[in-house]
Order: sequence, then structure tokens, then C-alpha cells
Amino acid sequence: MDKLIAKTACAGLLPLTVGSVSVSEEDVGAITSVSPLKGQKKALSDALKAAHGMAYPAANRATGKSGARAVWLGHSHAMLIGPEPDASLEKHAAVVDQSDAWAVVRLEGDRAEQVLARLVPVDLRSGHFKRGHTVRSLLFHMTASITRVGENAFQIMVFRSMAETLVHDLKRAMEGVATRG
Amino acid sequence: MRITCPHCGERDRREFYYRGAAVDLERPAPDAGEEAWDNFVYLRDNPAGVTRDLWYHEGGCGAWIVVTRDTVTHEVLKTELASEAKS
Ligand SMILES: [Zn+2]
Repeated sequence: MDKLIAKTACAGLLPLTVGSVSVSEEDVGAITSVSPLKGQKKALSDALKAAHGMAYPAANRATGKSGARAVWLGHSHAMLIGPEPDASLEKHAAVVDQSDAWAVVRLEGDRAEQVLARLVPVDLRSGHFKRGHTVRSLLFHMTASITRVGENAFQIMVFRSMAETLVHDLKRAMEGVATRG
Repeated sequence: MRITCPHCGERDRREFYYRGAAVDLERPAPDAGEEAWDNFVYLRDNPAGVTRDLWYHEGGCGAWIVVTRDTVTHEVLKTELASEAKS
């Protein structure tokens, strides 16, 4: 068989800088969907702490740090991002590898908030949305997961099939913010 | 119109998909009889006043939500997770 070359979700699309805001693809490692079994959230959180050093995240929150994060992704659903999942998690949760199913980008710059304000119908300004906070919402017409990972930096995840649309929508908003001067 | 998701907080209506009257929480037993099933499948109230709907937080956390609202004033009176709501 020919040697296959893996392509990332945003290959050929990123990085991109417009004005003072830039967007780049994140190589985050493994992405694993973790859904606690009924009544097992606490036990799952303990297992996550023991194996990966972070608790199961509350709604609208992310735990851990760059390289090993758990991001709340919805009703009974979080995403372990970074490490390969420890086998101990499977006792308490439905664990599914989704590494190749997502496009993950980092939006960064002193006007990144203004770019997102054009696309997302949720207040993501720093007074309200701090590091470690996350939302599931819409980014223009797409469902997205948005997490503040730094003072002026956001991690954005969308389904991999939407990667080109994500870059297009971000670029248009970045150009709009830059044009306003 | 804004709807408060029990998980996500107050959100714009565009994030939600409307399912209809919250009758799915009161599904009759398989042997409940023709009248109960006819009522469940086909008959709906059309109240001028308080009603209970099912909404899906599609552009958000993916939860099904029971929304109690007033069709006259458009006021949203209560929201709760369908998984926790009593019919
Ligand atoms: Zn929600």
C-alpha cells in the first residue's frame, strides 16, 4: 500500500493574520469524547484527576491546562483534549475517540474579542468570560465550542467538515474589525 | 426572544430548535388504548395563555428543555431540563 500522508483539518488554510488578530491551527493531540454514565460523574471526575490531573468540568467551564484539558461540551458531555485517555475512565463514562473529527484553531490578538462579537451571540468579553470559561454556541451559522485559553486568546472547535467555512467566517470578521481601524 | 437554558444561561432564540407541545413527556403506555394514542399523536391544545413546549438547544449544549411560556404575553415563565422535568 502506498504511504498515506495525514492532513490536518486546516491544512493549506492557516495561519492567517489580519490587522492585530491572528488565527492558527492547534495541534492538540488526542480528542476524546467523555460522557459520564448515570450517577458516575463524581467517580469519573476522580478518575480524571488521578489519570490526567484535572476534574470533570462544570457546565461552561474547562479544567486542566494547555496540553491536557477537559472542556465541557454540553449536556452530560465533555472533551478530553491532549492525552490518550486512560483505561480507568471507561468504567465511569462512554469514551469515544474523536481526534480526527474536529478542527481546532487558536484566535489571538488584542481585538480577538471584537472579532468574535461579530460572529457569536454570547458576550465573550473578558469581564464576563474569563480564562477557563467555555461556551457552546453558534459561530455565524455553525455550532462551535469556544474556550478562553489566554488573556487575548481563544480556542475554537468546529466539526472538521466545517474547517474551510470557519476560516472564511473568521477571516471576514477579522477584516471587518481591521477596517474599522 | 431569549430562552434561559438550565446549563448555558440566557441565550438568543436562534440557538434553539422548536419541537412542539411537551406531550412527549407523557407518552401513553403501549396498551393505553386507541383514544389515548389518538390524543397523543394528533390532538393538541392551542391555548391563549400558558403552554409547555419542548425546545432543543441545538446551537448550544444539546439539551432538551421544557419551556413554560405565555402565548399572549410572550413571557417565558420557566425552563427546565426535560431529563429532570416531571410531566
Ligand atoms: Zn444549553
